[in-house]
Amino acid sequence: MIRSEILKDIALILRDQLVVCNIGIPSQELHAIDDQPTNFYMLGTMGLASSIGLGLALAQDKTVISIDGDGSVLTNLGTLPTIGNNCPNNFILMIIDNGSYGSTGDQPTYTGKKTDLAAMARAAGCDNVVEVQDVDTGEALQAAIDGKRGTVMVVKCDSGNAKMPVITMDPVVIKDRFMKAVKAS
Amino acid sequence: MNIDKKICDDLVANDVSFVTTVPCKQLAGVIEEVDQREDIFHIPSNKEDEGMGLCAGALMGGKRSAIIMQNTAIGVTINTLATLIQYYRMPLPMIISYRGELREPVACQVEMAVHTKALLAQLNIPTYHFHWQKDVEEFDNILKYTFMCNKPVAILTDANFWGGYGDQ
Repeated sequence: MIRSEILKDIALILRDQLVVCNIGIPSQELHAIDDQPTNFYMLGTMGLASSIGLGLALAQDKTVISIDGDGSVLTNLGTLPTIGNNCPNNFILMIIDNGSYGSTGDQPTYTGKKTDLAAMARAAGCDNVVEVQDVDTGEALQAAIDGKRGTVMVVKCDSGNAKMPVITMDPVVIKDRFMKAVKAS
Repeated sequence: MNIDKKICDDLVANDVSFVTTVPCKQLAGVIEEVDQREDIFHIPSNKEDEGMGLCAGALMGGKRSAIIMQNTAIGVTINTLATLIQYYRMPLPMIISYRGELREPVACQVEMAVHTKALLAQLNIPTYHFHWQKDVEEFDNILKYTFMCNKPVAILTDANFWGGYGDQ
Protein backbone atom coordinates (compact mmCIF):
# COMPACT_ATOMS: atom_id res chain seq x y z
CA MET A 1 0.00 0.00 0.00
CA ILE A 2 1.08 3.60 -0.54
CA ARG A 3 0.29 6.45 1.86
CA SER A 4 -2.88 7.60 0.09
CA GLU A 5 -4.33 4.07 0.28
CA ILE A 6 -3.63 4.02 4.02
CA LEU A 7 -5.29 7.42 4.46
CA LYS A 8 -8.38 6.17 2.59
CA ASP A 9 -8.37 3.09 4.78
CA ILE A 10 -8.31 5.07 8.04
CA ALA A 11 -10.36 8.12 6.97
CA LEU A 12 -13.37 7.16 9.07
CA ILE A 13 -11.20 6.68 12.15
CA LEU A 14 -9.49 10.04 11.61
CA ARG A 15 -12.76 11.88 11.03
CA ASP A 16 -13.66 12.14 14.72
CA GLN A 17 -10.16 13.10 15.87
CA LEU A 18 -7.98 16.20 15.87
CA VAL A 19 -5.41 15.62 13.12
CA VAL A 20 -2.24 17.59 12.40
CA CYS A 21 -1.11 16.59 8.93
CA ASN A 22 2.36 16.83 7.45
CA ILE A 23 3.35 19.32 4.75
CA GLY A 24 3.02 18.61 1.04
CA ILE A 25 1.39 15.62 -0.58
CA PRO A 26 0.22 14.00 2.72
CA SER A 27 -1.93 17.05 3.49
CA GLN A 28 -3.12 17.22 -0.12
CA GLU A 29 -4.13 13.57 0.03
CA LEU A 30 -5.95 13.88 3.34
CA HIS A 31 -7.67 17.07 2.18
CA ALA A 32 -8.89 15.38 -1.02
CA ILE A 33 -9.92 12.14 0.68
CA ASP A 34 -11.87 13.59 3.61
CA ASP A 35 -11.54 17.30 4.38
CA GLN A 36 -12.66 18.00 7.94
CA PRO A 37 -12.54 21.06 10.20
CA THR A 38 -10.71 18.83 12.65
CA ASN A 39 -7.80 18.58 10.21
CA PHE A 40 -4.92 21.05 10.47
CA TYR A 41 -3.05 21.09 7.18
CA MET A 42 0.57 22.20 7.19
CA LEU A 43 1.22 24.24 4.09
CA GLY A 44 4.87 24.87 4.93
CA THR A 45 7.49 24.21 7.58
CA MET A 46 8.72 20.67 6.99
CA GLY A 47 9.27 18.64 10.11
CA LEU A 48 6.98 20.27 12.65
CA ALA A 49 3.81 18.14 12.47
CA SER A 50 4.92 16.18 15.53
CA SER A 51 5.81 19.34 17.48
CA ILE A 52 2.54 21.10 16.65
CA GLY A 53 0.59 17.97 17.57
CA LEU A 54 2.46 17.58 20.86
CA GLY A 55 1.87 21.23 21.79
CA LEU A 56 -1.81 20.84 20.97
CA ALA A 57 -2.15 17.62 22.98
CA LEU A 58 -0.44 19.21 25.99
CA ALA A 59 -2.75 22.24 25.85
CA GLN A 60 -6.10 20.43 25.88
CA ASP A 61 -7.62 17.01 26.57
CA LYS A 62 -8.87 15.70 23.22
CA THR A 63 -6.92 13.04 21.35
CA VAL A 64 -4.47 14.46 18.80
CA ILE A 65 -3.05 12.46 15.90
CA SER A 66 -0.02 13.87 14.09
CA ILE A 67 0.41 12.29 10.68
CA ASP A 68 4.09 12.58 9.89
CA GLY A 69 6.57 11.09 7.46
CA ASP A 70 9.95 9.46 7.83
CA GLY A 71 11.68 12.31 6.00
CA SER A 72 9.98 14.93 8.14
CA VAL A 73 10.84 13.18 11.39
CA LEU A 74 14.45 12.89 10.24
CA THR A 75 14.57 16.64 9.69
CA ASN A 76 13.31 17.32 13.24
CA LEU A 77 14.83 14.44 15.20
CA GLY A 78 14.92 16.55 18.37
CA THR A 79 11.16 16.00 18.53
CA LEU A 80 11.59 12.38 19.68
CA PRO A 81 13.27 13.16 23.04
CA THR A 82 10.77 15.97 23.62
CA ILE A 83 7.91 13.53 23.01
CA GLY A 84 9.66 10.81 25.01
CA ASN A 85 9.96 13.01 28.05
CA ASN A 86 6.65 14.88 27.86
CA CYS A 87 4.18 12.64 26.04
CA PRO A 88 0.61 13.07 27.29
CA ASN A 89 -1.90 10.22 27.08
CA ASN A 90 -3.85 11.97 24.32
CA PHE A 91 -1.04 12.18 21.73
CA ILE A 92 -0.47 9.77 18.86
CA LEU A 93 2.41 10.31 16.45
CA MET A 94 1.76 8.24 13.34
CA ILE A 95 4.83 8.16 11.13
CA ILE A 96 4.04 6.93 7.65
CA ASP A 97 7.42 5.42 6.85
CA ASN A 98 7.70 4.80 3.13
CA GLY A 99 11.45 5.24 3.04
CA SER A 100 11.27 8.24 0.76
CA TYR A 101 10.75 11.99 0.45
CA GLY A 102 7.41 11.69 -1.32
CA SER A 103 6.64 15.34 -1.95
CA THR A 104 9.94 16.02 -3.67
CA GLY A 105 10.06 13.08 -6.05
CA ASP A 106 10.48 9.97 -3.92
CA GLN A 107 14.16 10.35 -3.24
CA PRO A 108 15.17 7.67 -0.70
CA THR A 109 15.51 8.52 3.00
CA TYR A 110 17.83 6.68 5.36
CA THR A 111 14.92 4.76 6.91
CA GLY A 112 14.86 2.68 3.75
CA LYS A 113 18.45 1.74 4.52
CA LYS A 114 19.91 1.18 7.98
CA THR A 115 18.00 3.72 10.09
CA ASP A 116 15.24 2.42 12.37
CA LEU A 117 12.82 5.14 13.50
CA ALA A 118 11.02 2.88 15.99
CA ALA A 119 14.30 2.05 17.71
CA MET A 120 15.23 5.74 17.70
CA ALA A 121 11.90 6.65 19.29
CA ARG A 122 12.41 4.04 22.00
CA ALA A 123 15.96 5.22 22.63
CA ALA A 124 14.63 8.78 22.91
CA GLY A 125 12.36 7.75 25.77
CA CYS A 126 9.07 7.06 24.01
CA ASP A 127 7.46 4.33 26.13
CA ASN A 128 4.84 3.06 23.73
CA VAL A 129 6.19 2.53 20.22
CA VAL A 130 4.26 0.35 17.79
CA GLU A 131 5.54 -0.90 14.44
CA VAL A 132 2.85 -1.88 11.96
CA GLN A 133 2.53 -2.87 8.35
CA ASP A 134 0.35 -0.72 6.09
CA VAL A 135 -2.62 -3.11 6.03
CA ASP A 136 -2.80 -3.13 9.84
CA THR A 137 -2.79 0.66 10.28
CA GLY A 138 -6.50 1.09 11.03
CA GLU A 139 -6.57 -1.59 13.69
CA ALA A 140 -3.40 -0.26 15.34
CA LEU A 141 -4.61 3.34 15.21
CA GLN A 142 -7.97 2.47 16.76
CA ALA A 143 -6.16 0.52 19.49
CA ALA A 144 -3.93 3.52 20.18
CA ILE A 145 -6.96 5.83 20.43
CA ASP A 146 -8.87 3.41 22.65
CA GLY A 147 -5.79 2.73 24.78
CA LYS A 148 -5.65 6.39 25.85
CA ARG A 149 -1.90 6.16 26.10
CA GLY A 150 0.65 8.26 24.27
CA THR A 151 1.79 6.28 21.25
CA VAL A 152 4.34 6.50 18.47
CA MET A 153 3.28 4.41 15.47
CA VAL A 154 5.74 3.62 12.70
CA VAL A 155 3.74 2.47 9.70
CA LYS A 156 5.81 0.71 7.06
CA CYS A 157 4.45 1.09 3.55
CA ASP A 158 5.42 1.48 -0.10
CA SER A 159 6.78 4.64 -1.62
CA GLY A 160 4.45 6.59 -3.91
CA ASN A 161 1.98 9.45 -4.14
CA ALA A 162 -1.55 9.91 -5.39
CA LYS A 163 -2.17 12.81 -7.76
CA MET A 164 -4.17 15.30 -5.69
CA PRO A 165 -4.83 19.03 -6.06
CA VAL A 166 -2.86 21.61 -4.12
CA ILE A 167 -4.70 22.98 -1.08
CA THR A 168 -5.89 26.49 -1.88
CA MET A 169 -7.65 27.17 1.41
CA ASP A 170 -6.24 30.23 3.16
CA PRO A 171 -3.99 29.32 6.11
CA VAL A 172 -5.90 31.62 8.46
CA VAL A 173 -9.13 29.85 7.49
CA ILE A 174 -7.50 26.47 8.15
CA LYS A 175 -6.36 27.68 11.57
CA ASP A 176 -9.62 29.37 12.45
CA ARG A 177 -11.91 26.46 11.64
CA PHE A 178 -9.47 24.06 13.32
CA MET A 179 -9.43 26.12 16.52
CA LYS A 180 -13.23 26.21 16.52
CA ALA A 181 -13.27 22.42 16.12
CA VAL A 182 -10.80 22.06 19.00
CA LYS A 183 -13.06 24.17 21.21
CA ALA A 184 -16.30 22.46 20.19
CA SER A 185 -17.56 19.91 22.67
CA MET B 1 13.95 44.80 40.76
CA ASN B 2 14.23 41.10 39.95
CA ILE B 3 13.82 41.02 36.17
CA ASP B 4 13.36 37.24 36.04
CA LYS B 5 10.36 37.51 38.34
CA LYS B 6 9.03 40.59 36.54
CA ILE B 7 9.12 38.80 33.17
CA CYS B 8 7.30 35.78 34.60
CA ASP B 9 4.77 37.95 36.43
CA ASP B 10 3.96 39.73 33.17
CA LEU B 11 3.67 36.45 31.28
CA VAL B 12 1.20 35.14 33.84
CA ALA B 13 -0.72 38.42 33.97
CA ASN B 14 -1.13 38.21 30.19
CA ASP B 15 -2.39 34.63 30.41
CA VAL B 16 0.73 33.06 28.87
CA SER B 17 0.69 29.55 30.32
CA PHE B 18 2.87 27.55 27.89
CA VAL B 19 6.54 28.44 27.54
CA THR B 20 9.27 26.63 25.65
CA THR B 21 12.94 27.38 26.11
CA VAL B 22 16.30 26.76 24.50
CA PRO B 23 18.94 27.77 26.99
CA CYS B 24 21.48 30.59 27.04
CA LYS B 25 23.79 31.56 29.90
CA GLN B 26 22.10 34.96 30.06
CA LEU B 27 18.67 33.40 30.26
CA ALA B 28 19.43 30.86 33.00
CA GLY B 29 17.66 32.87 35.71
CA VAL B 30 14.46 33.50 33.79
CA ILE B 31 14.34 29.89 32.58
CA GLU B 32 14.63 28.68 36.17
CA GLU B 33 11.88 31.08 37.20
CA VAL B 34 9.64 29.84 34.35
CA ASP B 35 10.28 26.28 35.44
CA GLN B 36 9.26 26.98 39.03
CA ARG B 37 6.00 28.79 38.25
CA GLU B 38 2.96 26.61 38.82
CA ASP B 39 0.82 28.60 36.39
CA ILE B 40 3.27 28.14 33.50
CA PHE B 41 3.80 24.82 31.72
CA HIS B 42 7.49 24.72 30.80
CA ILE B 43 8.69 22.41 28.06
CA PRO B 44 12.34 22.62 26.98
CA SER B 45 12.97 22.29 23.22
CA ASN B 46 15.97 20.82 21.48
CA LYS B 47 15.88 23.40 18.72
CA GLU B 48 14.04 26.65 18.32
CA ASP B 49 11.97 25.72 15.26
CA GLU B 50 10.73 22.69 17.15
CA GLY B 51 9.83 25.05 20.00
CA MET B 52 7.83 27.26 17.67
CA GLY B 53 5.91 24.19 16.52
CA LEU B 54 5.08 23.39 20.15
CA CYS B 55 3.93 26.98 20.68
CA ALA B 56 1.76 26.88 17.54
CA GLY B 57 0.08 23.69 18.74
CA ALA B 58 -0.49 25.02 22.25
CA LEU B 59 -1.95 28.22 20.82
CA MET B 60 -4.45 26.25 18.73
CA GLY B 61 -5.28 24.27 21.85
CA GLY B 62 -6.30 27.48 23.59
CA LYS B 63 -3.14 28.36 25.51
CA ARG B 64 -1.12 31.49 24.94
CA SER B 65 2.50 30.53 24.43
CA ALA B 66 5.95 32.11 24.34
CA ILE B 67 9.48 31.08 23.43
CA ILE B 68 12.72 31.97 25.19
CA MET B 69 15.86 31.56 23.07
CA GLN B 70 19.14 33.09 21.84
CA ASN B 71 19.41 35.44 18.87
CA THR B 72 21.40 32.75 17.02
CA ALA B 73 18.00 31.07 16.72
CA ILE B 74 16.84 33.70 14.27
CA GLY B 75 19.18 32.01 11.82
CA VAL B 76 17.48 28.69 12.55
CA THR B 77 13.85 29.76 12.51
CA ILE B 78 13.31 32.07 9.53
CA ASN B 79 11.38 29.47 7.57
CA THR B 80 9.23 28.58 10.58
CA LEU B 81 8.51 32.22 11.33
CA ALA B 82 7.51 32.91 7.72
CA THR B 83 5.56 29.75 6.83
CA LEU B 84 4.01 28.83 10.17
CA ILE B 85 3.84 31.68 12.68
CA GLN B 86 3.31 34.53 10.20
CA TYR B 87 1.48 32.61 7.47
CA TYR B 88 -1.18 31.32 9.89
CA ARG B 89 -1.17 34.62 11.82
CA MET B 90 -0.14 33.39 15.24
CA PRO B 91 0.95 35.61 18.12
CA LEU B 92 4.34 34.61 19.55
CA PRO B 93 6.34 36.59 22.07
CA MET B 94 10.02 35.73 21.55
CA ILE B 95 12.19 36.61 24.54
CA ILE B 96 15.64 36.57 23.01
CA SER B 97 19.06 36.90 24.59
CA TYR B 98 20.91 39.31 22.34
CA ARG B 99 24.35 37.77 22.40
CA GLY B 100 27.21 39.60 20.72
CA GLU B 101 26.18 43.05 21.91
CA LEU B 102 27.85 45.40 24.42
CA ARG B 103 29.64 43.53 27.28
CA GLU B 104 29.78 40.30 25.23
CA PRO B 105 32.98 38.32 25.96
CA VAL B 106 32.73 35.78 23.10
CA ALA B 107 33.74 37.19 19.72
CA CYS B 108 31.88 34.65 17.59
CA GLN B 109 28.57 35.78 19.10
CA VAL B 110 29.03 39.13 17.36
CA GLU B 111 28.79 37.42 13.98
CA MET B 112 25.07 36.72 14.43
CA ALA B 113 24.46 39.87 16.46
CA VAL B 114 25.28 42.05 13.47
CA HIS B 115 22.60 40.27 11.42
CA THR B 116 19.92 39.97 14.11
CA LYS B 117 18.05 43.25 13.74
CA ALA B 118 18.40 43.22 9.96
CA LEU B 119 16.87 39.74 9.73
CA LEU B 120 14.01 40.68 12.05
CA ALA B 121 13.42 43.85 10.03
CA GLN B 122 13.45 41.86 6.79
CA LEU B 123 10.73 39.63 8.29
CA ASN B 124 8.70 42.68 9.41
CA ILE B 125 8.80 41.40 12.97
CA PRO B 126 8.18 44.13 15.57
CA THR B 127 11.40 44.28 17.58
CA TYR B 128 12.23 45.79 20.98
CA HIS B 129 15.70 46.04 22.49
CA PHE B 130 16.12 45.90 26.28
CA HIS B 131 19.47 47.45 27.26
CA TRP B 132 18.74 48.91 30.69
CA GLN B 133 16.95 47.03 33.46
CA LYS B 134 14.20 49.63 33.49
CA ASP B 135 13.38 48.65 29.89
CA VAL B 136 11.61 45.59 31.29
CA GLU B 137 8.81 47.92 32.35
CA GLU B 138 7.69 47.85 28.71
CA PHE B 139 7.34 44.05 28.67
CA ASP B 140 3.71 44.01 29.76
CA ASN B 141 2.78 46.41 26.95
CA ILE B 142 4.73 44.33 24.43
CA LEU B 143 2.83 41.20 25.41
CA LYS B 144 -0.52 42.98 25.06
CA TYR B 145 0.60 44.29 21.66
CA THR B 146 1.65 40.80 20.52
CA PHE B 147 -1.73 39.25 21.32
CA MET B 148 -3.56 42.25 19.90
CA CYS B 149 -1.92 41.99 16.47
CA ASN B 150 -1.40 38.20 16.22
CA LYS B 151 2.21 38.49 15.16
CA PRO B 152 5.54 37.19 16.33
CA VAL B 153 7.29 39.91 18.32
CA ALA B 154 10.99 39.94 19.27
CA ILE B 155 12.29 41.24 22.60
CA LEU B 156 16.09 41.42 22.35
CA THR B 157 17.72 41.44 25.78
CA ASP B 158 21.44 42.20 25.82
CA ALA B 159 24.17 41.47 28.35
CA ASN B 160 23.88 44.91 29.90
CA PHE B 161 20.20 44.28 30.58
CA TRP B 162 21.03 41.04 32.38
CA GLY B 163 23.84 42.64 34.37
CA GLY B 164 26.85 41.59 32.30
CA TYR B 165 29.08 38.62 32.86
CA GLY B 166 30.62 39.42 36.21
CA ASP B 167 34.40 39.46 35.81
CA GLN B 168 34.32 39.20 32.02
